[in-house]
Amino acid sequence: MISLGIQSLWNRRFVVLLTVFSIALSVALILGVERLRSQARLAFANSASGIDLIVAPRGNDVQILMATVFGVGSTGSGLNWDTFEYVSDLPQTAWAVPIMMGDNHRGYPVIGTSTAYFEHFRHSNGQELRFASGHAFENAHDAVIGAEIAAEFGYALGTEIINAHGSGSVAFHQHDEAPFSISGVLAPTGTAVDRMVLISLDGFDALHQDEAPVQSDPFEALGSEAARSAPTSDHDHAEHDEHAQDTHEGHAEADHDEHEHDAREDHDEADHDAHAHDTHEEHSDADHSKHEHDAHKDHTKADHDDHADHAHEEHEPEPEQINAIYVGLKSASGILGVQRALNETAPEPLSAVMPNVALLQLWSITGTAEGALRIMAAAVAVAGMVGMVVMLSAALESRRREFAILRSVGATPGTIFGLIVLEAVLVTLGGLALGLALLTIGALVADPVLSANFGFRMGAALSLPREGLLILAVFCFGFLASLLPALRVYRMTLADGLTMRL
Amino acid sequence: MNALTIDSLQFRWPNNTKPVLDLASFALAPGESVLLKGPSGIGKSTLLSAIAGVINIPANAVSVAGTDVGTLSGSARDRFRVDHLGLVFQVFNLLPWLNTLDNVLLPCRFSKRRRDRAGHDPQETARALLTDLGLGDPALMSAPASTLSVGQQQRVAAARALIGAPELILADEPTSALDEATKHQFVELLMRECAQAKAALLFVSHDTGLEQHFDRVVDFRDLNRGASA
Repeated sequence: MISLGIQSLWNRRFVVLLTVFSIALSVALILGVERLRSQARLAFANSASGIDLIVAPRGNDVQILMATVFGVGSTGSGLNWDTFEYVSDLPQTAWAVPIMMGDNHRGYPVIGTSTAYFEHFRHSNGQELRFASGHAFENAHDAVIGAEIAAEFGYALGTEIINAHGSGSVAFHQHDEAPFSISGVLAPTGTAVDRMVLISLDGFDALHQDEAPVQSDPFEALGSEAARSAPTSDHDHAEHDEHAQDTHEGHAEADHDEHEHDAREDHDEADHDAHAHDTHEEHSDADHSKHEHDAHKDHTKADHDDHADHAHEEHEPEPEQINAIYVGLKSASGILGVQRALNETAPEPLSAVMPNVALLQLWSITGTAEGALRIMAAAVAVAGMVGMVVMLSAALESRRREFAILRSVGATPGTIFGLIVLEAVLVTLGGLALGLALLTIGALVADPVLSANFGFRMGAALSLPREGLLILAVFCFGFLASLLPALRVYRMTLADGLTMRL
Repeated sequence: MNALTIDSLQFRWPNNTKPVLDLASFALAPGESVLLKGPSGIGKSTLLSAIAGVINIPANAVSVAGTDVGTLSGSARDRFRVDHLGLVFQVFNLLPWLNTLDNVLLPCRFSKRRRDRAGHDPQETARALLTDLGLGDPALMSAPASTLSVGQQQRVAAARALIGAPELILADEPTSALDEATKHQFVELLMRECAQAKAALLFVSHDTGLEQHFDRVVDFRDLNRGASA
């Protein structure tokens, strides 16, 4: 019976193969969407699994999560080091790791952090970061790279790398005067860490302090710099750096003792304004309207603190600004207390993001798109099945003779009904098998791209039970769809008997 | 026990007042060959359908090898048909997507009785039958049925009807698509094989030129009162 079905299908192999192919495509699509979705969620959840809270300047939870954990996009402004100390001193805090962002290495995010990162970061159900080779950074010129970067560029211990400013892969400013030497390569984690370059806070800071040597005409450099960085997403960051540098120069030139004094002792807004005015005037003298504008814009409280820190910067390597803080809590119940403290008594407006909550928000945003994709995949599957029913039904008329012959040699109408169902089942199974093959090939092709750009893989392995259920659903659907032509043929053979319709 | 016994068979199509079949009595002895002749459209094919259990007929009217066809249920008639009957049609007897040998073996797929009666190796029996019918070329046996000529196809159909030695062979105008020479050759081969398998043969044809080959010739118009009425 099965061999009859196979031979009958083989007789119509062209149409059958087309049908099998269309079902295969739908199967690959359905399973692909499902796998992509679940793997993406898993990878994201794994990346953030060890962090209880992410503290960042007040902003959107999802944006903060994406920027800090996955290196996608950026947070708003920066955080003061005071804030870091405040957060790490909270009674509920078990550990706190500072995070600095905004640079990239050949498109991969560069994160400035402390060695505490390697101690406390957890991924994929609490696994620690392991070094495939080397060790954590020890000085400002060391860098630790993720497994994928090492594989992608063939980096090894001791390789010198140069980072670029900004978060895109198109570099506007190479920090080529401040190379880093790779001190450690992390073992693969399957999370965003694989795609990160981790350097010390000093290293990150040094990068930006060294970047602009004193020039005879700072305003000229500034103008061109502002123009160049204008189209980048890290506009603020660039301006900030320039400005920081510029104000240093301002101090140097003006040698304004009183100003230094103000900055150190008075942190209130009024004085700050006065200071702003001072700087402004200096620049006005140079008649550089572009710079005036920048100076105004960037004259925030943060800058004010810059000056405060500047006074003792030579002695303490504390960074002026960080972008976020990973916080581990002593107990999960401490979250509410921390959030209240951050809302009420923190030195600046902060957001404390619970990664899992932010992920849920993210999924609720992407859920609509996922739903649309699934509906599309299901529609393709329905189309494939309709194609199969069409194939089987269209052939019925021309196969009446076959059925009469089969009847003449003892086949019951039930046998012929069974033959049609069997053919449909074989076509569906063929579609499933080919679909899985397509999916596996697709996964092998897409994985490098996916993992390079998004930090997760589809994987070639079938993940049960969910995919198994989908496969079963497709199979059942194919079986049910086959009943339609099979019933028709049943009635037809009953009516036709052995009559030869010629 | 006769291969076929018909006793006062009446059959009318639904919504038709006139019976298309109205036979008083007719019988085929085992191994007997009968030519049932007559023009088209007088119910010859309907009679074959009645014997083969394709149409619903009353009980006690038709008996094949001792089995009352009219009392069998639908699926029992399908089994009965393959167990006791071999059928050869006018044209297109074969499944085009099976090779010659598999076409011959089809009844053995569906009937244990035919399989058992086809010897210990039905494949071997099928090959022997085909060889007897002049189709001994191994290339022909493994060729798809659709590549055979009409004459070859009819001989394959004969082999299929004969395999497993059913009691009765029904042939519905099997020679009408053949030319004069192959026609006689086909009938001779069929007769020879039927004799060998001890199968009775009911051969329906409007071709009177074939009469010489048969034990008995019956004009259907004499037999069927329904057709003339």
